[in-house]
Amino acid sequence: MIDRKTPNKTLGESLRDHGLSRRGFLKFCAATASMMALPPGMVPVIAAALEQARRPSVIWLSFQECTGCTESLTRSHAPALEDLILNLISLDYHHTLQAAAGDAAEDARLQAMEANTGQYLVIVDGSIPGPDSNPGFSTVAGRSNYEILMETVEHAAAVIAVGTCAAFGGLPQASPNPTGAMSVMDLVKDKPVINVSGCPPIPMVITGVLAHYLTFGRLPELDAYHRPLAFYGQSIHDRCYRRPFYDKGKFAETFDDEGAKLGWCLYRLGCKGPSTYNACATMRWNGGVSWPIESGHPCLGCSEPSFWDAGSFYQPLSVPLTATSGDLLTAAVGGAVVGAGVATLANKQIKTAVANRQPVTVEELEEKL
Amino acid sequence: MSGLDPISVIIESNVSCAGMPQDCGNALPILHEIRHALERLISTGEETRIDLNAMPFGPGDLDCLKALLGTGEVHATVEAMGLTLIQETAIPGVWLVDYQNSDARRLTLQIEIASVPEILRPQPLDLAEAINTLDGRLTQSASNRHHSS
Repeated sequence: MIDRKTPNKTLGESLRDHGLSRRGFLKFCAATASMMALPPGMVPVIAAALEQARRPSVIWLSFQECTGCTESLTRSHAPALEDLILNLISLDYHHTLQAAAGDAAEDARLQAMEANTGQYLVIVDGSIPGPDSNPGFSTVAGRSNYEILMETVEHAAAVIAVGTCAAFGGLPQASPNPTGAMSVMDLVKDKPVINVSGCPPIPMVITGVLAHYLTFGRLPELDAYHRPLAFYGQSIHDRCYRRPFYDKGKFAETFDDEGAKLGWCLYRLGCKGPSTYNACATMRWNGGVSWPIESGHPCLGCSEPSFWDAGSFYQPLSVPLTATSGDLLTAAVGGAVVGAGVATLANKQIKTAVANRQPVTVEELEEKL
Repeated sequence: MSGLDPISVIIESNVSCAGMPQDCGNALPILHEIRHALERLISTGEETRIDLNAMPFGPGDLDCLKALLGTGEVHATVEAMGLTLIQETAIPGVWLVDYQNSDARRLTLQIEIASVPEILRPQPLDLAEAINTLDGRLTQSASNRHHSS
């Protein structure tokens, strides 16, 4: 039988066993600091902590999801550091990645839970049909998602909800929420829950949270939605390289006008940057090549609760309907204040949209299309 | 000839890519940060590292920053967990440190304001073992000579 107990070797020892020199270790720590959005001055602290850290056991549960979050992590174009971090954890259960199947797979989960009780991490992607829903909507090994989640988290150190579905219900919870989908934090009340939202989340943010846990032995500081402040502490709008155009009142009005070609602000094309908190503007996608706004598309706000039900992606919900370009220019003088006000407006609009939601049948949708 | 070649492409934008890199205006604040860091280095010896990966750069900003900093005399390479490329800029004490993995993909890019970048210095624990390492080699060398004579 495989011993799933957390190994006694520290990360420093494991890395040196892999032939990593001390300069290599310093480099690893510099890259880890960057990944955790910590200042480079923290590198010595990270080096000292990682030297003594031990590999944690990780159980990854997949429920009502599309596997996009796993794809984001494992198929990232620059999996360099992600690979290293994943090698430094003991991933004891993951439907998509594990070789075992059937009873052997479920036994692996139970063994890891027993051998590392109180110390293992649970990562969840996908939402969960709630306790009052028909359990048949989503099952694993003949058991409901809810039952497996509650059994697995009972003796966990913490739970990391990866992706907007696990964090906030996401697409499965979108109106009319046929499966009664709930988020992890709706169901798990007696364990620390950290939300790594996004559809999917940035791979380096997923591993950055793991790296933080490895480094400091605790979860990072969180915002009101249980998201790590290091990655979700600032709005897309505030970190956007197009922000200077917003401040000057220069907006693209259509996707092919001169403003769009000159890279002006996408605010009026429905950009949800002002009400969205994520690290896309600095970490980017595809190995740091680009990100949606750099590619000319407004932010959809995929890391925010209820983003799917917040109206059209292309409706500038952040702009009051009565606003003129003159108003916006005046408002731009106090850009940060406007950003905060816009976020409030956007949140209000989401709530209004949710309250006024009307069920739509497939036939009605087809008529509209 | 690729299968895409028959598709004609018309560039309508007047934006020119020639000459100086496109500047989205985000490089200048970094230069001011570097200036403050240089003042600290000169007056107190305090070193500073700036993680360029964490900067909200637009297309062309990094090229613009590199062009403004220029290229200095020193270029060094460290081979540990892939290459690390160190380039002195035309501003003494300001270094570009490009950390890459074994597939030559960038892990992070930092500006270091220091006399010598940290990764070029021997690490303290390695230095502590240096005399023992050298003594071992001297002993081995003496032993080899003894056997050969």
